[in-house]
Amino acid sequence: MYGFEALTFNIHGGYLEAIVRGYRSGLLTAADYNNLCQCETLDDIKMHLSATEYGPYLQNEPSPLHTTTIVEKCTLKLVDEYKHMLAQATEPLSTFLEYITYGHMIDNVVLIVTGTLHERDVQELLEKCHPLGMFDSIATLAVAQNMRELYRLVLVDTPLAPYFSECITSEDLDDMNIEIMRNTLYKAYLEDFYRFCQKLGGATAEIMSDLLAFEADRRAVNITINSIGTELTRDDRRKLYSNFGLLYPYGHEELAVCEDIDQVRAAMEKYPPYQSIFSKLSYGESQMLDKAFYEEEVKRLCLAFEQQFHYGVFFAYMRLREQEIRNLMWISECVAQNQKSRVHDSVVFIF
Amino acid sequence: MEYIDRLPAMDLMRSEKMMLVQLIIPVESAHRAVSYLGELGLLQFRDLNDDKSPFQRTFVNQVKRCAEMSRKLRFIKEQIHKAGLTPSPSPAPQPDIDLEELEIQLEEHEHGLIEMNANSEKLQQTYNELLEFKMVLQKAGDFLLSTGSHVATQETELAENIHVNDDYAETSSLLEQEMLPGPSNQTGVRFISGIICKSKVLRFERMLFRTTRGNMLFNQAPTDDQILDPATNELVEKIVFVVFFSGEQARVKILKICEAFGANCYPVAEDTIRRRQITREVLSHLSDLETTLEAGLRHRDKALISIGFHLAKWMNMVRREKAVYDTLNMLNFDVTKKCLVGEGWCPIFAKTKIQEALQRATTDSNSQVGVIFHVMHSVESPPTYFKTNHLTNAYQEIVDAYGVAKYQEANPAVYTIITFPFLFAVMFGDWGHGICLLLGALFLIAREKKLGSQKLGSFMEMLFGGRYVLLLMSLFSIYCGLIYNEFFSVPFHIFGNSAYRCRDTTCSDSRSVGLVKYQDTYPFGVDPSWRGSRSELPFLNSLKMKMSILFGIAQMNLGIILSYFNARYFGNSLDIKYQFVPQMIFLNSLFGYLSLLIIIKWCSGSQADLYHVMIYMFLSPFEDLGENKLFWGQNVLQVILLLLAVIAVPWMLFPKPFILKRLHTERFQGRSYTALGTSDIYDDEEPDSAREPHLEEFNFSEVFVHQMIHSIEFVLGAVSNTASYLRLWALSLAHSELSTVFYEKVLLLAWGYDNLVIRLVGLAVFSFATAFILLMMETLSAFLHALRLHWVEFQNKFYSGDGYKFRPFSFAALNEDED
Repeated sequence: MYGFEALTFNIHGGYLEAIVRGYRSGLLTAADYNNLCQCETLDDIKMHLSATEYGPYLQNEPSPLHTTTIVEKCTLKLVDEYKHMLAQATEPLSTFLEYITYGHMIDNVVLIVTGTLHERDVQELLEKCHPLGMFDSIATLAVAQNMRELYRLVLVDTPLAPYFSECITSEDLDDMNIEIMRNTLYKAYLEDFYRFCQKLGGATAEIMSDLLAFEADRRAVNITINSIGTELTRDDRRKLYSNFGLLYPYGHEELAVCEDIDQVRAAMEKYPPYQSIFSKLSYGESQMLDKAFYEEEVKRLCLAFEQQFHYGVFFAYMRLREQEIRNLMWISECVAQNQKSRVHDSVVFIF
Repeated sequence: MEYIDRLPAMDLMRSEKMMLVQLIIPVESAHRAVSYLGELGLLQFRDLNDDKSPFQRTFVNQVKRCAEMSRKLRFIKEQIHKAGLTPSPSPAPQPDIDLEELEIQLEEHEHGLIEMNANSEKLQQTYNELLEFKMVLQKAGDFLLSTGSHVATQETELAENIHVNDDYAETSSLLEQEMLPGPSNQTGVRFISGIICKSKVLRFERMLFRTTRGNMLFNQAPTDDQILDPATNELVEKIVFVVFFSGEQARVKILKICEAFGANCYPVAEDTIRRRQITREVLSHLSDLETTLEAGLRHRDKALISIGFHLAKWMNMVRREKAVYDTLNMLNFDVTKKCLVGEGWCPIFAKTKIQEALQRATTDSNSQVGVIFHVMHSVESPPTYFKTNHLTNAYQEIVDAYGVAKYQEANPAVYTIITFPFLFAVMFGDWGHGICLLLGALFLIAREKKLGSQKLGSFMEMLFGGRYVLLLMSLFSIYCGLIYNEFFSVPFHIFGNSAYRCRDTTCSDSRSVGLVKYQDTYPFGVDPSWRGSRSELPFLNSLKMKMSILFGIAQMNLGIILSYFNARYFGNSLDIKYQFVPQMIFLNSLFGYLSLLIIIKWCSGSQADLYHVMIYMFLSPFEDLGENKLFWGQNVLQVILLLLAVIAVPWMLFPKPFILKRLHTERFQGRSYTALGTSDIYDDEEPDSAREPHLEEFNFSEVFVHQMIHSIEFVLGAVSNTASYLRLWALSLAHSELSTVFYEKVLLLAWGYDNLVIRLVGLAVFSFATAFILLMMETLSAFLHALRLHWVEFQNKFYSGDGYKFRPFSFAALNEDED
C-alpha cells in the first residue's frame, strides 16, 4: 500500500497526528534552553517553565523545589499526553503506542528485580519506576526468586511475556544475569517492534525501521563497550545484538570480538553514519559517546516530523519529550549543585 | 469638501487618538504609581525588557512571592472546597492589610491547615484501618464459622468446583478435611485474612493461585458499605478475603503478594469468644476515634470558614500585586538607578487623568521628586482603541472578530449597529418569531446585572454577550415581518382590508382566474391576499430579489464612500483619484444602473424584462430595446455607462503604480537637486510612507501585481458581491417556506382531527420545530449570512483591519481574565 496512505490515513490517524504535532510545537526550543541554562536557582527554572507548557503542572508546587519534583511533574505531563493519545487511538495505532512503552516496562522490571535483590523497599522502588512502564502486577515482581518464577508469576500476563522465551533459566537472579536478561528482553522487544512496523508498511515502516535500526545499533555499541573486561563470552555478547540494523550482520561479528574502545571505534568507522559520531570523539574516550548518540538520535527523530501520514511521529515525539526531560533533569541538577559550568555537557538541544 | 471637514467628529468612527508617553518614575513611588495607573486602566505599557527572560528582571522576587502566595491561596481554596464549604465574604468590613502581613498570615494559615490535615489524616487512617478490621472480623468470622459448622455445604460447594480444576478441588478438599478437626490443628493449615480493593481482587486471587500452585482456598465477601481510602479521600468498594493455605514458605509469599497488591491483612482469632472480645474492643476504639475525628473536623471547618471570609479579597489583592510587579518588570532603570523609565500608549483624552494619578502617587508616597510624564514621537503605529458602551460593544466585537481596525481607520461598526440587525431581519422577517426573540432579548437585558456578575456556560455567555444585537435583530425582524406580513407564516389584516376581492360572491374562480383590485393598495407591507394565491411565490420572489439587490448596491456604495473618507482622512489623494473614483463609476454604471431600472420599474409599473435589458446592454449595446424600454434616452445612457465602465477598469489598474514609482524616483534622486517645495507637497500627500522613507526598497513589479490583484478583485467582486446579496432573498424565502410547512403540515393537519391527543402532539411538534429549527437554527444561519455580508461584501471595499487592540494595564480587566 506504499504511497496510498495519504488517501486513508486521516480517517483514523489524522486527529492524533494533528494532536502530536501540536504537542511537538510545545517542546522547548534552543532559546528556552539558553534561558534555562542561565537560571540561578530551581525557582528560576520553575518560573521559566511556568511560561511553557509545563506551567500548569508546576504551578502548585511549594517553593523549596527539588530536581525530582520537577522531573516528576514533567514526566507526568508526558504521561498525561500519552494517555490522552492512547485513549483516542484505534488499531493499529494503539498497539503501536503500546509498543513505545515496552522499553520502559523492561527497565522497570529490571529495576524492581535488582532492587529486591539488594533488599530495597518495594514502595521506594515503585516510586522510581517510569510511569509509562507500569503494569498491574509490577509490585509482585518482588516475590520471584528466579527467572522461571518471574515469568510464571508475573510477566506471563504482561506484553513482555513472549520476549522471555529466550532467557528462562532456573538460575537464581544475580546482577550479571539480570543485565543479560535486560538486554535479551530488549533485543526481543526491538525485533518484535521492528517486525510490527514492517507489517504496518508504508512510510511508518520506512521511518521506523530507520529509527529502530539506529536504536539497535546504539545498543549493540553500548553492550560491547559495557561488556569489555567482563566475563561475558564473545558468543554470549553476539547473542545480545538485535538481528537487524545497519551493523547486522557483519558489524556484529566485528563488535563481538572487540577488546577495547578503539577496536569498537575501528569497527564503527566503516559505517558512514556512525563515522561522524565517532570522529567527534578523541581516541580512547567513551564518555561523550552517549551525548553524541543522543544528538544523532534527536536529529533523526526531528526528521521524522518532516513526513506526514505515518506513525513514526508518535515514537519520535515520545522520545523527544523524554530527551527534553533528561535535559531538564540535567540542568536542574547542575543548578541545584552549583555546577553551572557543566550545564552544557549533557544537554541536547532539540531545535 | 469644506463642509465635510466642518462636521463634528463621530466618536466611534475613528479610534481614539493615541500618544506614546514616557514616564520617569522615582523608585520610591513606582509601585504606587503603577497601581494607581492600574486602577485607572488607561495606559498600555510597552515591554522595554523584551530581551530579558522573566527571572532576569528587576522585580522577579516580588513576582515569585506573589506566585507563592497565590499558590497558598489556591491551596486554601481547594481545602475549603474539599470541606464542602462555600467561601463567602464576611458581612463585617475587613481591615486592610498590606502584602507583608498577608504573606505572614498566609504562611500561618497554610501551616496550620497542613498540620490539621496531617493529624486528621493520621486519625482517619487509623479509623479506616479499624473499620476494615471490624469488617474483616465480621466477614472472616462468618467464614470460619461456616467452615466449622456447615461441613456439608462446604463440600457440595467444592464438588461443584471440581469441573473447573481437578487438582484444585482435590487439594482444597484435602485441606478442608485436614482443617475440619479443629481450628487448633497441628498440620499447619493456616489462614490469612484481610481486605482488598474490589478492582484488584481477581488478579490477586490469580496471583495467589499461581504462587501456591493451587494449594490454597480463597474465600471472599464484599463489605457492606464503601470505605474511605485515606490516600485519595475517595470511597472505594473493598472485599474481605480469607486465604487458607499450608506451609511457612507459602505464608511469606502470600504476605508479600498482599503487600504488593496493597491488601491490608488483619489477624483474626480462630476461636469465637476471643473474636467477640476483639470485636468489642475494636468497636469501642472506633467510637472513640469517631468523636475525635469529628472534633478535629469541626475545628478545621471553623478555621476554614474564618479564612473564607477574606479569601476573595486576598486573592484579588495578590492578583493585583502580581500584575503591578509584572508591569514594573516592563520598565527600565535609568542610568542613575534611581528612576524607572516606562513607555506606553494612552489615549490623548486620558492625559490629565494619568497626570493626576501620577501626582497622587507622588504625594501619597511622600516622594521628593514627581513623576515626569512627557509625550514622545513614534514611528510605530499606535494601538486601536474605541470607547464602546453596552450596546455598541457587541457590534464592535463583530467587526473586531474579522480584524482590528488600523489606527484611526473608518470603523465599520458605526454602520454595522443598524445594518447588521437589518440585514438579519430581511432574512428572518416574521413578526411572530421576532416577538419570541424580543422576549428572549428583553429577558437577558432585564437580568443584565444578575447574569453579568455570574459565570455562564459558553452558549449562554455568547447569548448574553450579544443581547443588544439580539434586541435590535428582533426589533427589525418584527418590522420586516410586518412588511412581509407574516406571523408564524400567517398573514394578518392589521392595516385595514386587502385591496383585492373575489370576482363574485361564490369566490369559485379565485384560484384560477385571480382576484380583482377594488380599493387602494394595502397601506403597509405585503397585501395579505397574496398568501396562498397561485402567484404568491413569483410575486414575493421578484419583490425580495430586487430588494436584495437594492440593499446590496446601497451597502457596497457606502463601503466605497467610506474608502473615500479614509483616503481623505489619511491625506491620500492618489487613492481618491485612482481608486475611489473609478470604483464608484464602475459599480454604479453597471449595478447602480440596474438599481435605477428596478426603482423605475416599480414606480412606473412597467412590464420590461430587466434581465433582457442588462444582458443585451453588453451583447448588443446599440440595438433598440423595443418593449423593454423604460424611459427616454435609455439607449444612449446605456452606451455611455458601458463606456464609462470599460474606461474605469484601466483607470483603477494602471495609473497608481506608475505614479507611485515616479514619486519614489523623484524623492530619492531629487532630494538634493529638485526644489524642496515639490517634495514637501508629496510628503504631505503621503505621510505614511514619508515618515519611514528608507524602510524598504520600492519594488515596482510587486506594487503593480498588487494593484492588479486589487483591480481584478474589485471588478469581479462587483458582479459576485451583487449576486451574493441575493442570499437575502434566498434565506428569507427559506424561512417563510419552512414556517409555512410547519404551520400547515403540522399544526393545521393535527387540528383537523377531532382528537385531543393528536392535537396536542401536533402542537408539541409545531412548537418544538418553531423553537429549535426556526428560532435557533434559522437565527444562527441568518446571523452567519449577515455576518458574511458585512465582513466580505461590505468591509472589503474599505477596511484593512490590520491594527492591534489597545490593551491597557487595568485591574478591572485582570479580574475578568482570571475568572
